[in-house]
Amino acid sequence: MTLFEYVADRWDRLSLQALLHVSEVVQATVIAAVVGVLIGVAVYRSPVGSAVATALASTILTIPSFALLGLLIPVFGLGATPTVIALVLYALLPITRNTIVGLAGVDPGVADAAKGIGMSRAAVLTRVELRLAWPAILAGMRVATQMLMGIAVIAAYAKGPGLGGEVFLGLVRAGSANATNQALAGTLGVVILALLLEGVYFLIARFTVSRGIRG
Amino acid sequence: MAENASGVEIRLENVSKHYPGSREPAVADVTLTIPAGKIVILVGPSGCGKTTTMRMINRLIEPSSGTITIGGEDNLKLNGDELRRGIGYAIQQAGLFPHFTVAQNIAVVPGLLGWDRRRIDARVEEMMDLVGLDPAEFRGRYPRQLSGGQQQRVGVARALAADPPVLLMDEPFGAVDPITRGNLQDELLRLQAELRKTIVFVTHDFDEAVKLGDKIAVLGDRSAILQYDTPEAILANPADDTVAGFVGAGASLKQLTLLRVRDVDYHDNALTAVSEQESPAELRGRMTEAGRTYALVLDARRRPLRWVHVRDLSTATSLRNVGRPVGDSVSTQSTLQDALEAILVEGGNAVVTGAHGEYVGTIDITTVTDTIQQLRETGNAS
Repeated sequence: MTLFEYVADRWDRLSLQALLHVSEVVQATVIAAVVGVLIGVAVYRSPVGSAVATALASTILTIPSFALLGLLIPVFGLGATPTVIALVLYALLPITRNTIVGLAGVDPGVADAAKGIGMSRAAVLTRVELRLAWPAILAGMRVATQMLMGIAVIAAYAKGPGLGGEVFLGLVRAGSANATNQALAGTLGVVILALLLEGVYFLIARFTVSRGIRG
Repeated sequence: MAENASGVEIRLENVSKHYPGSREPAVADVTLTIPAGKIVILVGPSGCGKTTTMRMINRLIEPSSGTITIGGEDNLKLNGDELRRGIGYAIQQAGLFPHFTVAQNIAVVPGLLGWDRRRIDARVEEMMDLVGLDPAEFRGRYPRQLSGGQQQRVGVARALAADPPVLLMDEPFGAVDPITRGNLQDELLRLQAELRKTIVFVTHDFDEAVKLGDKIAVLGDRSAILQYDTPEAILANPADDTVAGFVGAGASLKQLTLLRVRDVDYHDNALTAVSEQESPAELRGRMTEAGRTYALVLDARRRPLRWVHVRDLSTATSLRNVGRPVGDSVSTQSTLQDALEAILVEGGNAVVTGAHGEYVGTIDITTVTDTIQQLRETGNAS
């Protein structure tokens, strides 16, 4: 059986797993974006706070994903919960760091002018600073998403949803019928999905970043 | 002039700013009255607290003590954001929002004040016309697509959009090239002649202060007011050595830029002759009688044409071609600096012309030196 025949034959299951894979990655990115931007907003004015937040997020990233999942399973059990938690934690670093860098990079003169003409603190943040930091935040989300596509494969270890199951099963059954096809289908699926999401990010940037600050 | 001013008076009384953790106050006990409808320049060396003083007026910095009233109202009465919506604010490099178009930038304050869409659009158009930017061409542009001078114009338009009585400007023209800066200064004066706002303008450039200010406050350390007077008075009579040092070399030359020919006693006793009406012989007769060696020949509409020497006239048949053409002349609107230039070029007397280019008198170097002398004496007497 060729790879194409294999994919055509198992299309129902593969497409479902692909959908679940994308869904958990996107959900984790969105949750991490909300948390990361909030952390960034909370600390960007303080150099110490920024350094601590970035260091903490970096530390999380150094924990091997396999180990982190292993540590989460006793607490949250198997399935989607530990997977999503692990993915959110990994996505925090690029998003938090880029939020801090983006907000700190806003021209102080622009923020001063915004306040000087009568914008409230909240308006300065939402209408000016976050809007100007948005390209950086979006870039952080993009990096996070790409990273999570790969890490989500490992999450199959915690019986999480997604294409990871195909890859792992294929590798475990190495030598038996269709084992290579199964592992390959999972792996190539992840690659194709990553490229598709990349395209989605391009479109988001196109429609949400002001022409005045587009590179 | 003050009666049609749209600006209001600003008073600072014993205003100080003390930052926690620093021993010396940044601004110590400043008392200053900024008259309605005038441009008052705060000028002083870097770090003297002039910007801090200005920022306390719109409470970007909260004063530690003292009171500031704007049009008689304590500026602590409103909350800071509401206060600032009623005060124009323009800064160096304009501080435009790079992600907003020109029109969106100008529309911010009217938007914050809750104006409806139609009124905002009309106002944006009006403001762009006011600062000399064609709305059709520029309203959809982003700040990075504008030159430095254009950005600064948008900055001024944004500051004036909600028609505030008071305008605060913090070195607004500091980052543009000298030629553009000169143009922007001229335009600010033109706008001000029309709008009559109360403008507080911070700069470290004394020449800019002289050019723009109705009054100048020269500030020293901790915003201490070393002298607060008209540019003429400060140039003629600096209060102390620090002010004199700040005024810099060439105070008298700077004064010449402030005075107009119409303000000084130029001569109007030159011997004149209209070329169409008089023969050389007649003119020569009059010149000998008056004991003059030179006369000025005018055309039929009394515009100056030529200087003639008495000895040119003996051989001449008509006044039309005789003598030396008048080169540089000045109008009564010209500054004394222009007059001095014309005197140097003409080598003695420069012709002064009226509104229609007609002869009204002549000006020479003694007129200029006498005027400066007089200013110094009145300055010292006061």
